[in-house]
Amino acid sequence: MIPVEILVIGGGPAGLCAAVQAAEMGSKVLIVDRNNTLGGQLVKQTHMFFGSEKQYASTRGFDIANILLDKIDKMKNVEIMRKATVLAIYEDGVVSLEHKDKYIKIKPKAIVVATGASEKNLAFPNNDLPGIYGAGAVQTLMNEYGVKPGNRVLMIGAGNIGLIVSYQLIQAGVRVEAIVEAAPTIGGYLVHASKVRRMGVPILTGYSIKEAYGTDSLESAAIWKLDENWRGIPGTEKKLNVDVICISVGLSPLSELLWQAGCQMKYIHELGGFVPVRDTNLHSSVKGLFVAGDVAGVEEASSAMVEGYIAGMSAAAYLGYKLYNMKLVKEDLMNQLDSLRHGPVGEKIRRGISNLTIEHEAAASVDAL
Amino acid sequence: MLDATGIPTKEDLERVFPTEERLMQGPTVIVECYQNIPCNPCYTVCRTGAIKEFADINDLPTVDHSLCNGCSLCVSNCPGLAISILDMTYSEDEALLKIPYELIPLPKPNQIVKGLDREGVEVTDVKVIKVIDSKALDKTPIIAIAVKKQYAKIIRSIRLEE
Amino acid sequence: MRIFKHPILNFERKRLVTFTFNNKTIEGYEGETIAAALHAAGIKTLSHSSEKHRPRGLFCAIGNCSSCLMEVNGEANVRICVEEVKEGLIIRTQTGKGDLV
Repeated sequence: MIPVEILVIGGGPAGLCAAVQAAEMGSKVLIVDRNNTLGGQLVKQTHMFFGSEKQYASTRGFDIANILLDKIDKMKNVEIMRKATVLAIYEDGVVSLEHKDKYIKIKPKAIVVATGASEKNLAFPNNDLPGIYGAGAVQTLMNEYGVKPGNRVLMIGAGNIGLIVSYQLIQAGVRVEAIVEAAPTIGGYLVHASKVRRMGVPILTGYSIKEAYGTDSLESAAIWKLDENWRGIPGTEKKLNVDVICISVGLSPLSELLWQAGCQMKYIHELGGFVPVRDTNLHSSVKGLFVAGDVAGVEEASSAMVEGYIAGMSAAAYLGYKLYNMKLVKEDLMNQLDSLRHGPVGEKIRRGISNLTIEHEAAASVDAL
Repeated sequence: MLDATGIPTKEDLERVFPTEERLMQGPTVIVECYQNIPCNPCYTVCRTGAIKEFADINDLPTVDHSLCNGCSLCVSNCPGLAISILDMTYSEDEALLKIPYELIPLPKPNQIVKGLDREGVEVTDVKVIKVIDSKALDKTPIIAIAVKKQYAKIIRSIRLEE
Repeated sequence: MRIFKHPILNFERKRLVTFTFNNKTIEGYEGETIAAALHAAGIKTLSHSSEKHRPRGLFCAIGNCSSCLMEVNGEANVRICVEEVKEGLIIRTQTGKGDLV
């Protein structure tokens, strides 16, 4: 059994920031990640981030990953275990993981779960044909490995991921035939939408996919207009000659470990599915288990980073570590989170979180200082 | 409507373009940011005070066109690539439009390329005047194109011949 | 299907290795996944559904969905979207659910 002070599960934006903050307060941190490269989905983000300077606005996602990893590199009290998949969190707080074909047990004093989210699928005839990907998969192929998914793409979903991946496809030299969005309006940032639109990509709101066609792999697709009850209108079909369909219809939190650990979970539609109830310090209903990022509710990477700092601080404080100006730092982080969420685009997130927050006795560990 | 198509309407554009009087005085910024999202790098990078401090990061940018000298610092810093610089005093019948361009290959000075409107439709040929791709721009090069004045407010993108 | 020039990214590829896919020789770069190398070679059909034998390709590419299970060096049910290529790997399309032992 390996003794560990703070175990951070997942080395994406939330997990890395949690590790930085917890380590800055003096605690010993172990980050485990199932991949060989850390940074999570940040490493595939070629666009500049929004937000303010504090969340590295105007810096590209993959550059942010490098900034955070450089920081961690210089910290003597952060260890990283790559290619390590956490298998379980047991009732007694023991965490087991698979690393280099070995079964390892860890007994951390506190845990930050930052496992992120997975892509949702969409039901339509032949949606399992090769050539139909989650939008994130296309990002991985293109931006991590430099491989094109195909030549002509239909994007399903005009949220931020759908719009951003469309733009990235064009940058990689792939043609985007259309973006269809079932809702009557574009869900992602309108600046992203305008950016792809003025490159000639039609964004068809109130449209969805009817069917995909192909034998061994995708050869074409039919889209159609939806009525006010979201049902396809016969006669409005358009056939598109595409060899790739990207599905970007949202993410759902990768919360298996939280269920295992016995965290109280709640279904919050606005946050992408079942998410852990927690207090404002991101302490879950299980003592010593903290959450941050998409696993706590699907949102933007900027807020995932801020949540990471908060969860890292809370976990360190839970173990008795302090910062001389902790109250101030915490206040600043809370303000950052609040400002990222309090505009109209954060309305959904606010609504979701308001149904989720609990009061926690252990909250005193941070607030009493 | 912008939120259903990604294409700003005439009214949207009227809200962000400065007065004709200001346009005739030299280069200035056009900030096509129509949605309240949490983002403020245009303010933090502005050195002339033309883009005002945000009371709330979700506010739309407030631009004082009288203070803007068209320096273009904000063009490559805007994560939404929503900013361009328009100089209506460039020549007798042409305006100079500076736009961010993140595709390859980059055009070359004097190259004739297609000018696209905000729907991506080819409107007219435009001439590339300058291509700025310094390290400071961090992979968001700025392309300066000469555009016939009647198209100055219509063109917003370019396409290179295959 | 490989991208060599990109406006934002610089792909630093490592050593070129070869492996076989259903007895066909395929090239890939060290550090990339089997899925990436197969895609670069234009191979999109990775597995088949167990009941109706419908072709399946890559869906998540990050080890979540198991749409890409293949037999690698005799071992069944390998998620090739997260398994890296190595010189001399023997990769096969898997039939059925795969033998675990």
